[in-house]
Amino acid sequence: MWRDAALVAGKDIRVELRSRVATNQVLPFALLVLILFAFALDPDRGFLGQAAPGLFWVAVLFSAVLAVQRSFAIEASDHAREGLRLSGLDPAGIFLGKAAAVAAQLGVLEAVLTAGVVVLYGAHLEGALLLLGTCLAATVGLAAAGTAYGVLAASLRVRETLLPLLLLPVVAPVLLGATKAWEAGLAGHPAQGDPWLRLLAVFAVVYLALGVLAFGPLLEES
Amino acid sequence: MIITRRQARRPLTSSSSRRPGSLVRTATGVVGLASVAATVWLGLWVTPPSTNLGQLVRLLYIHPPVAWVAYLAFGVTAAASLLYLWRRTRSVVWDRLAAASGEVGVLFCGLTLVSGSIWGKATWGVWWTWDARLTSTALLFVLYLGYLALRRVPSDPGTRAKRSAVAAILAFADVPISYLSVYWWKTLHQTGTVLNPQRQVHVHGLMAWTLLLGFCAFTLVYAWLVAHRYAVEALAERQQGEGLARALAERRAEGRAA
Repeated sequence: MWRDAALVAGKDIRVELRSRVATNQVLPFALLVLILFAFALDPDRGFLGQAAPGLFWVAVLFSAVLAVQRSFAIEASDHAREGLRLSGLDPAGIFLGKAAAVAAQLGVLEAVLTAGVVVLYGAHLEGALLLLGTCLAATVGLAAAGTAYGVLAASLRVRETLLPLLLLPVVAPVLLGATKAWEAGLAGHPAQGDPWLRLLAVFAVVYLALGVLAFGPLLEES
Repeated sequence: MIITRRQARRPLTSSSSRRPGSLVRTATGVVGLASVAATVWLGLWVTPPSTNLGQLVRLLYIHPPVAWVAYLAFGVTAAASLLYLWRRTRSVVWDRLAAASGEVGVLFCGLTLVSGSIWGKATWGVWWTWDARLTSTALLFVLYLGYLALRRVPSDPGTRAKRSAVAAILAFADVPISYLSVYWWKTLHQTGTVLNPQRQVHVHGLMAWTLLLGFCAFTLVYAWLVAHRYAVEALAERQQGEGLARALAERRAEGRAA
């Protein structure tokens, strides 16, 4: 399973490195969202600095939808999905590999967005350990839930419109937990972020487990 | 495909209306609607107004029972989906039940939000407050709207059933996590802002009985609606199958005639 996961993750990341859709489209989109928030909330009144954690995670959430859609779009062309199905790879491994590739891309995206909120919103990064831990747990959770819903919607003609409707309510706790943990970290009270970090970890574990169980049947049907 | 109106109607209505199931269904509906009427009568005219909430307490007989039915319906959807996914109990029955219950659940969840909102406007002065229970119910509502949207995507029945069952499980797993997160969100940092009307109301006597009747009434209405929705689903599937068989027969007859 782990070897298959590494193979699939390597393949997805290689495809991304060559096609550069994530760097050329998803990343600029995330930065654009940060700029649009500044238009929506007047920067001169200090809202942006206060709201930085929430805005950061909303930008991550929207980008995660795009990353998941991209992750299954590369399987749609040239009957790659049939190839994947016939490859004899463990479905659980395929799930973990695809989720790992999405998580890796989200990790890069979060690093860039962090620089973005520091520069654009004037956020001060404190409690770096909590911020990093939050990013890790939230990213794994987002990637796991996203990949599970991604394969669910992959074969549907209406996947572009349906995936956000299915995925975003499910990852709402991630948005809430990650925002609260970041608020605690940025405010210099890392202890307040601990329960949220645990919630994020529970979410990640639950959706990793469900994804491992459900991916096989879903891939067969897609 | 050309089907005359008589042909289309004949096989679908003739047998289903005489099945014993439909008698139970009708009885459930009659008793359910009658008890809802009784709840309304007791709730609006017979029970006294509350000392704290005055006339507003009458919403108590509607709002909690409706919310209970919404949760019950989503629980039934999850259970039926699990039974469908488990190979030994896999049957189209569970898929139809999950679909029917999910739809009725979304209806009652919407009613919960609307009745809660009306109550909130009257007691707290606002239509909406970001209280833990309200917020998690709203999340539940959109979560299952997505489930219904997924069900409505046309595809092969077997594929759709499996896909929907997995989606129902994925959504249901989120319910405790999202409730907990929203609960912490509202209680960890700012205590005391959560307005809980139930805590101010001491329910006793006739009010308690009316409330109990309300719970039974809405549960019966739920069962009745689900039974109907289930039957419609079964008929639609049969109509699809028979329509195809009829079209095939017609084409064959055309071929023979030519």
